[in-house]
Amino acid sequence: MKYDLVVVGGGPAGLAAALKAYETGAGNILILERDQELGGILNQCIHNGFGLHYFKEELTGPEYAHKFIEMLKDTRVEVKLDTMVLDITQERVIHAINSKDGYMTIQAGAIVLAMGCRERTRGAIAIPGDRPAGVFTAGTAQRYINMEGYMVGKRVVILGSGDIGLIMARRMTLEGAKVLACVELMPYSNGLNRNIVQCLEDYGIPLYLSHTITKIEGKTRVEKVVVSKVDENRRPIPGTEITFDCDTVLLSVGLIPENEVSKTAQVALDRRTSGPIVFENMQTSVPGIFACGNVVHVHDLVDFVTQESQKAGENAALYVKGQYSDSEENCIALQNGEHVTYTVPQKIRPENVAKFTEVFFRVNAVMHDAEIKVCSGGEELLSFKREHMAPGEMEKIVVPKKALDAAKGREITVLVKA
Amino acid sequence: MYDVAIIGGGIVGTALAAECAKYQLRALLIEKNNDVGDETTKANSAIIHAGYDPAPETLMGKLNVRGNALAKELCEKLSVPYKQIGSFVLAFDGEDVKTVEKLYDRGVKNGVPGIRILTAEEVREMEPSLSDEVKCALYAPSAGVIAPWEYAIALAENALENGCEFKMSHTVTGITKNGAQDFTVHTDKGDVSARFVINAAGVASDQIHNMVAAPSFAIRPNKGEYYLLDKSQGSLVSHVIFQCPSKVGKGVLVSPTVHGNLIVGPDAVDVEDRGDTSVAQDGLDFVAKVARRSTDKFALRENIRTFAGVRANSDVDDFIIREAEDAPGFIDAAGIKSPGLSCAPAIAEYVVELMAKSGLELRKKENHRDTREKIRFKELSEEEKQAVIAKDARYGRVVCRCETITEGEIVAALQNPLTPSTIDAVKRRCNAGMGRCQGGFCSPRVMEIIVRERGIDPLQVQKDKEGSYIVIGETKAQH
Repeated sequence: MKYDLVVVGGGPAGLAAALKAYETGAGNILILERDQELGGILNQCIHNGFGLHYFKEELTGPEYAHKFIEMLKDTRVEVKLDTMVLDITQERVIHAINSKDGYMTIQAGAIVLAMGCRERTRGAIAIPGDRPAGVFTAGTAQRYINMEGYMVGKRVVILGSGDIGLIMARRMTLEGAKVLACVELMPYSNGLNRNIVQCLEDYGIPLYLSHTITKIEGKTRVEKVVVSKVDENRRPIPGTEITFDCDTVLLSVGLIPENEVSKTAQVALDRRTSGPIVFENMQTSVPGIFACGNVVHVHDLVDFVTQESQKAGENAALYVKGQYSDSEENCIALQNGEHVTYTVPQKIRPENVAKFTEVFFRVNAVMHDAEIKVCSGGEELLSFKREHMAPGEMEKIVVPKKALDAAKGREITVLVKA
Repeated sequence: MYDVAIIGGGIVGTALAAECAKYQLRALLIEKNNDVGDETTKANSAIIHAGYDPAPETLMGKLNVRGNALAKELCEKLSVPYKQIGSFVLAFDGEDVKTVEKLYDRGVKNGVPGIRILTAEEVREMEPSLSDEVKCALYAPSAGVIAPWEYAIALAENALENGCEFKMSHTVTGITKNGAQDFTVHTDKGDVSARFVINAAGVASDQIHNMVAAPSFAIRPNKGEYYLLDKSQGSLVSHVIFQCPSKVGKGVLVSPTVHGNLIVGPDAVDVEDRGDTSVAQDGLDFVAKVARRSTDKFALRENIRTFAGVRANSDVDDFIIREAEDAPGFIDAAGIKSPGLSCAPAIAEYVVELMAKSGLELRKKENHRDTREKIRFKELSEEEKQAVIAKDARYGRVVCRCETITEGEIVAALQNPLTPSTIDAVKRRCNAGMGRCQGGFCSPRVMEIIVRERGIDPLQVQKDKEGSYIVIGETKAQH
């Protein structure tokens, strides 16, 4: 099999990339989706709040996905559902399987990686105690409830105040469960402020900041959890234990970009994002392989996934048409300065920037009246003021080509002064 | 009346069931859980030891080398994941060097093949990630890593296929001695009578013994806690890396697992509750600290699961495998601590010998089958994958994305009558849900397949043991 462009993943990132690539004239395009339908994780996100930025209207997850799936119908983009990519070579040969076509070997002119992310599990944070049924990642519980139509429990404690955890606090409550507490290790929530208000405060669900679950008890199903306050080093403080009688624990303790397939193609990964290192046009370290969406870095809003993926799709199409330079000669490396945990892109090639380029990043602390600075060789190139910054909120700055041209030593640093 | 009733479906009970099924006997295995190998057998270091550790005069010393050889043969025939990767015992100081020399002598006496002491240079060449402090190491090439739960499952399935009967989810409540070699075993679901009763009840083996014979030993349950790390860490070392047993560290190992993960543990904590498989932070911290002496290059942030298992240690310094003097026909296979997993098939042979000595007539079955076929899609070549999908399209649908497990493999697991309708039973049989997302993505789909294949309601699907329900009812929208 041969395609000009193969998009791995048919969630919001893959859909937007494929559509944009089609518009840009990539030729024959194939989307490989491992699930039985397109839309990815949006299909189980039946709450609203999607699309405010991109469509200027409030949509549910399935509605947001549906808009793109409808647009796809007017194109010649091919889709293979229920198809699993096993590995990808650096020469852009994809090995995949499904029930209908069997084992497929596909040569792609360009590839867009759009596999999304997975949830961190109980194992990743090694919560002590028993290992009974009733401990779910928030997304798995969301799937059981919203897709399969089954409730997972009656009395719930949620660990982590990420957005999925907050959304599930409300969802479980609406389904008649009692959410006893939302427990957050950090002194601040990682979720969007609107979700704290609309999902916890509106339902009187207490948020325990600087607390964590120190024990899960129950031989067959969860019977109780012990929650303890933590000190500034995030270690439990003895004597602060609170016991909750519950049958369910939901975990919303972070998302990890899912790059097992990227690794097979030797795509270089950033240890901080756990996603591919990308250039300004979303190309990875392997020429012709692009990446976008949550496989690159975890986004707060799907609207930004869409925009980033359009960029990837457009540039993948240009790559197929041989219309951009992948020379790294004048490449600028972005450095993480004070309070900055990562940037995307990590590298910028000024030749590929027309007027300006966008840089996304996250900070490591809650800050007020902060100033973002872009510096090079000790010299300040740009600065931006922010009233409020938090680790849970992705930041975006626009860097003009002028600033890139002024960079010294092919390096610029993004930092924040609190 | 059964010729043999085996109490307990752990590795010892299932190995014995498979051994009994070679002969023209009416054999029965009684297990209180809904699955075999669901206690000590599934939660341990998953090592087939070479046999240098136990003293030569003990049963452990006598059975280990034989058990090791049998394990290799059985795993090959019954398609059980097993790799003979060899083991190191590291010496960090003069005291340790003496211990390593002592273990070497024992190994030679026990007949451990290929055992030798490696110099520090040899150690570094073979295992570059180990600490620079290593002075020398005992090398035993015959040690291996195994999927212990699947070992028990394969033996049970083989026993079943060869005519052994199983009563799963049956708890033994009492044993009546009607006369010599004449017992009634009472369970919560009815009685059975048997000529020989074998006590392979693991951590409960003293309780079972005391139902029919005067107390002669006591189980001292002892917990071991572990980290299991992602496959990204699985190639840090390529052998099982032990330390010398000492005051600070009693056998903390670092080893690749047979599935390619990295296992780090265990500690050894005496517990009151025989079912206490909880994990404590102190234990994990201890394990990590001690293991770092062997190598500090493993990344705990890559942990995917912590777990603990309870060893059936006893107040006897050896396995307890003998016929009760006051209950002829009742044979203990009790106090099977480490290296019990390694010895299991040799224990089975030994118990059958004891029964033969007590008059059990052994005639080989003619149509005995000693193989088990299993498709492991991930391990097939491109052509084989193509062929297997062409034959059964369900092998073209990947359900567990982390471990690349197909619907075909899950359905095959569920076609065996011994497989209970649980998510963990599927996991133990084909690895679905064993990977880095720990079933986050696939468990709803595995549930769907169980429901379809078994014709049951989702509410009846359990995670593992009786009572470990996953969903509790339909959502409002369904009414």
